[in-house]
Amino acid sequence: MARVVHAIQCIVCPIGCGGEVTVEDGTVTTLTGFTCNKGLAYAAKEVVSPKRMVTTTVRVSGGGLPLLPVVSVAPVPKDRIFDCLNLLRGVSVMAPIAEGEIVVADALGLGVDFRAARDISVVQ
Amino acid sequence: MTGTFGAGPLPATADVVVIGGGVVGCAIARELTRFELSVLLIERAPDVATGTSKANSGILHAGFDADPGTWKAKLNVRGARLYADLAEGLGIPRKATGSLVVAKDAGQMDTVADLRQRGRDNGVPGLEIWNRDRLLAHEPNVSPEVAGALWAPSGAIVCPFLATVGFAENAIRNGARIVTECAVTGIDVVGGAITAVCTTRGRVATRFVVNAAGLHSGAVARLAGDDSFTIRPRRGEYILFDRSVGQLVNTVLFPTPDKVSKGILVAPTVHGNVFIGPDAVDIDDPDDRETTAGGLAGIVAGARRIVPALPLGTAITEFAGLRAAAGKDFVIGPSPVTRGLVHAAGIQSPGLTSAPAIGEAMVEVLAEAGLKLRPRAGFVPVNPAKPRFHDLDRPAQAALVAADPLYGRVICRCETITEAEIVAAILSPCGARTVDGVKRRVRAGAGRCQGGFCGPRVTAILARELGIPVTAVRKDSADSWLFLPRADIGAAEGIHA
Amino acid sequence: MRELSYDVVAIGGGPAGMAAALAAREAGAERVLIIERDRELGGILQQCIHNGFGLRRFEEELTGPGYAHRYIEMVRNSDIDVWLDTTVLAAEPGGVITSVSPQAGLQVVRATSVVYAMGCRERTRGAIRTPGSRPAGVFTAGAAQRMVNMEGYLPGKEVVIVGSGDIGLIMARRMTFEGAKVKAVFEIMPYSNGLTRNIVQCLEDFGIPLYLGHSVTAIHGKDRVTGITVSQVNEKLEIVPDTAFDVACDCVLLSVGLIPENELGRAAGLMLDPITGGALVDQFRQTSLPGFFAAGNVLHVHDLVDWVSEEAAIAGRSAARHARGELPEGGAARQVAAGEGIRTVVPQRLSPLEPGKMSVRFYFRAARPMGASLLQLYADGELAFERKLRIVKPSEMIVADIPVRKIGAATKLEFRLAPAPGKAETEEEIGEEA
Ligand SMILES: Cc1cc2nc3c(=O)[nH]c(=O)nc-3n(C[C@H](O)[C@H](O)[C@H](O)COP(=O)(O)OP(=O)(O)OC[C@H]3O[C@@H](n4cnc5c(N)ncnc54)[C@H](O)[C@@H]3O)c2cc1C
Ligand SMILES: Cc1cc2nc3c(=O)[nH]c(=O)nc-3n(C[C@H](O)[C@H](O)[C@H](O)COP(=O)(O)OP(=O)(O)OC[C@H]3O[C@@H](n4cnc5c(N)ncnc54)[C@H](O)[C@@H]3O)c2cc1C
Ligand code: SF4
Repeated sequence: MARVVHAIQCIVCPIGCGGEVTVEDGTVTTLTGFTCNKGLAYAAKEVVSPKRMVTTTVRVSGGGLPLLPVVSVAPVPKDRIFDCLNLLRGVSVMAPIAEGEIVVADALGLGVDFRAARDISVVQ
Repeated sequence: MTGTFGAGPLPATADVVVIGGGVVGCAIARELTRFELSVLLIERAPDVATGTSKANSGILHAGFDADPGTWKAKLNVRGARLYADLAEGLGIPRKATGSLVVAKDAGQMDTVADLRQRGRDNGVPGLEIWNRDRLLAHEPNVSPEVAGALWAPSGAIVCPFLATVGFAENAIRNGARIVTECAVTGIDVVGGAITAVCTTRGRVATRFVVNAAGLHSGAVARLAGDDSFTIRPRRGEYILFDRSVGQLVNTVLFPTPDKVSKGILVAPTVHGNVFIGPDAVDIDDPDDRETTAGGLAGIVAGARRIVPALPLGTAITEFAGLRAAAGKDFVIGPSPVTRGLVHAAGIQSPGLTSAPAIGEAMVEVLAEAGLKLRPRAGFVPVNPAKPRFHDLDRPAQAALVAADPLYGRVICRCETITEAEIVAAILSPCGARTVDGVKRRVRAGAGRCQGGFCGPRVTAILARELGIPVTAVRKDSADSWLFLPRADIGAAEGIHA
Repeated sequence: MRELSYDVVAIGGGPAGMAAALAAREAGAERVLIIERDRELGGILQQCIHNGFGLRRFEEELTGPGYAHRYIEMVRNSDIDVWLDTTVLAAEPGGVITSVSPQAGLQVVRATSVVYAMGCRERTRGAIRTPGSRPAGVFTAGAAQRMVNMEGYLPGKEVVIVGSGDIGLIMARRMTFEGAKVKAVFEIMPYSNGLTRNIVQCLEDFGIPLYLGHSVTAIHGKDRVTGITVSQVNEKLEIVPDTAFDVACDCVLLSVGLIPENELGRAAGLMLDPITGGALVDQFRQTSLPGFFAAGNVLHVHDLVDWVSEEAAIAGRSAARHARGELPEGGAARQVAAGEGIRTVVPQRLSPLEPGKMSVRFYFRAARPMGASLLQLYADGELAFERKLRIVKPSEMIVADIPVRKIGAATKLEFRLAPAPGKAETEEEIGEEA
């Protein structure tokens, strides 16, 4: 029987409770140290399927700037962050770009789009 | 007949080769362009003024320190006088602040009286002994525990970088060639006389070499078989304060000197900052300009003895300079061993002050060594003025922007330096090639944010004007790269917008 | 030279300048202008491409450019004038603003009200007096951030970060994303100056060590930085002997604090708060110069842009009222002091309170981290008000609405932080300031 204890620092509010989450055979069995329900929910999720928002830049041509910042519309699994970054590193777009425009749809089949975080207008 | 500047090819021959692009070498090169000569100056760094000439006190000493009869005594007083005439025409900021040697007690008042006598022997004008009240009236932030001071009205301050650049630019305007990123690696001597100089950029045939290589002048002499002197590096550390400290001091304040050095001073700069320093520590490595915690603490303690309320919170940078000490006096004159080799070596303080006078003296030394000197018609003694947006009144600023829109874009916000000034500093005959080169010429990045804001912008302007990629722009030395390209990995998989 | 006049001019087009201009226009100022040095609006936000902005203001997690975009759209949909690529050279008493731009040259604007919104700049190596050599490769974190996120260049491959403020933490992740190796973050204080969230998501996620209580004692390298020396410090921040070790790196990023960019104010003769580095203001965000207001990082350094927008709106509304001659006169006679446990408080003075006003909002920074605490108001030396806080961190601004009836007629107000006895309650929710 695999029993793993994870030390988790809650980031939901500024108090920053530190606690432990015990996972046995893939399920959370005990949570200690978290003082509210939001924190308990965060900690459990952080252990079972941690996810992060990903922000980075892609190349853009024809605009006043060489780079366009992009952001995932939803968090992606933590262990796929670098795959997303590698994917986006190869992407380049053309101005004009409008904020919110989809730059990469359903990245790596994760069901998460990456969108433009700002406008970039055409510059001659 | 304008000369050249930059990391270009070496000419096959030159009448005179000057080694070292510090203030001394540049002043000598300029003096030589008064004559019908091909003058070549070789500098190993990408710019002039990157050695001792960039890290010193920037003081035009009045000339009461040196023992009468020495080179130092003669050239100091002469140099200070020459700057008074030359500075404006060469674009060298200079302020006649006067200087004070502060005495803390009766014993030091005796030393100060001796200094006055020595100064008079050296021909220093206007020296006066001030009592405590007179001193405090002139310098209200000086410690009340003082006895009096020696007042030297001819003491002044200059910008040491612009002094070097001013001499270099004028030399180029008068035909000198300055080749940078070129280190002298050997000197060919045949039958006791110089025939050529070997460098990392090839070989140049010449019969006359001026050794103005600063900390490396001993090594350069040895390349020509002359080991008549050695250089001992002696480090001095500084702390520079923001301009917001204002009139903390009005003049250069020296403590009463002891045997080793002039002591820790508190002094203004021509640009309105105040600095404290330098200490004096012998070290081994002639290129080691690291500051140390102990050194910085020491100069703070030393400076507090003169000005107790130091605004330490407004420090904007710390740096160290290395004196090239070869004994008590400068080494000026022909090599005792090798014909055609002449030295302007071991030029420690007051070398900045003395530089234009060293230039004159070296012309005589070279003439005695057999160099034929024919005055050249058309020597232009001045450089065209470069407008400084910040220093002008509003109508003049408006006129500048109307003539060149780039005067309307402020790049360095701390010092209000415009894009046009930076472009001009790059395109000038002795133009900046590095970020620090821009900073030394127009002060972009010399203010309180030390380039934090404008550094990347200056980098971009350098890349554009020099026609090189951003990743090829350097901070100061040849290998001081700043930015790498971003790694672009793999081809696109996603949907392109 | 062109000469124009406006009711309200915001100097700086970051979040503070935009929010101030919008609020001024909404509050009835007819002619409103934003002057911005950069070629676009948005200020520092345009380089902060990470998420975490706007949770309070828009109840949505936005990126820096995304947050800026919202405000830029609002400005675009208004009749506020915007001058870009234009630097303000001077703003003199009487509201005479001189600016310069490549296109329009030198221009003079007469403004009835002026809002300072110039943001802040980063503290540099000189300010922390780090000994050593002066090689290439030592950057402030914000300058590096701009190079990486907006220009597409890397400041190095083997990175050490000095200071654990949020910008440093964010850059640790950014550099990791860009393929660099971030070797460590060194913080001189015994606690981090960054948000817990950033410590987890920018350092722990990538196994980047954070050394607390460590100071850089030397920077090495002749051309390019080759490494640093680090030592432990004690509680008095003195170097502990024999704890020095070297870390090899080709890049040092400094995240050692921000200072309000107050040169224009200083030149105009503003009275400054020596601790915040910003102006002394009253509850209207009016400075010691009548008709000159301040908001955002130029007033005091903020951790959340949401507070910047809110504070700037106060300044903008006040500026509009001043332009119409409706701002109560009477001088900021009452002093507000930062007492025990508090490092800064804004506003630092109070002008006469208006009838009908129920509370005044104050922004604080704590002097040191504390657990459950009491925020206390002493009015003329008497304890007049207390509020429990569950936790106090110097890196996070404390915002509190103080009821007017507790302030009363006291002429000297002092705020303190004291350890709370017993178990603390949840922090009160903070609403919009009326
Ligand atoms: C702490 C301190 C304070 C001082 N304060 C004052 C003052 O207030 N007033 C004053 O008058 N003087 C002062 N001085 C003295 C003054 O700074 C120096 O005398 C002067 O700068 C020396 O100039 P230089 O040209 O001889 O040397 P440098 O400026 O060092 O120039 C020598 C150049 O030679 C180059 N070089 C070396 N070897 C080679 C090679 N093999 N090939 C090619 N190039 C080479 C170097 O790169 C360097 O650029 C001070 C000095 C110090 C250190
Ligand atoms: C690196 C960094 C990371 C941050 N991360 C977060 C975060 O994750 N979440 C969050 O909520 N907040 C964050 N913040 C805080 C927030 O972004 C800032 O507090 C906010 O941007 C400050 O707004 P401002 O308008 O006061 O200043 P700025 O955004 O700095 O704007 C000032 C503007 O004034 C202009 N200006 C200055 N002087 C002149 C002049 N003389 N003439 C004309 N224009 C001038 C400047 O060009 C600039 O555009 C971060 C801040 C920084 C610096
Ligand atoms: S557990 Fe609850 S109280 Fe503790 S840090 Fe998380 S959200 Fe805050």
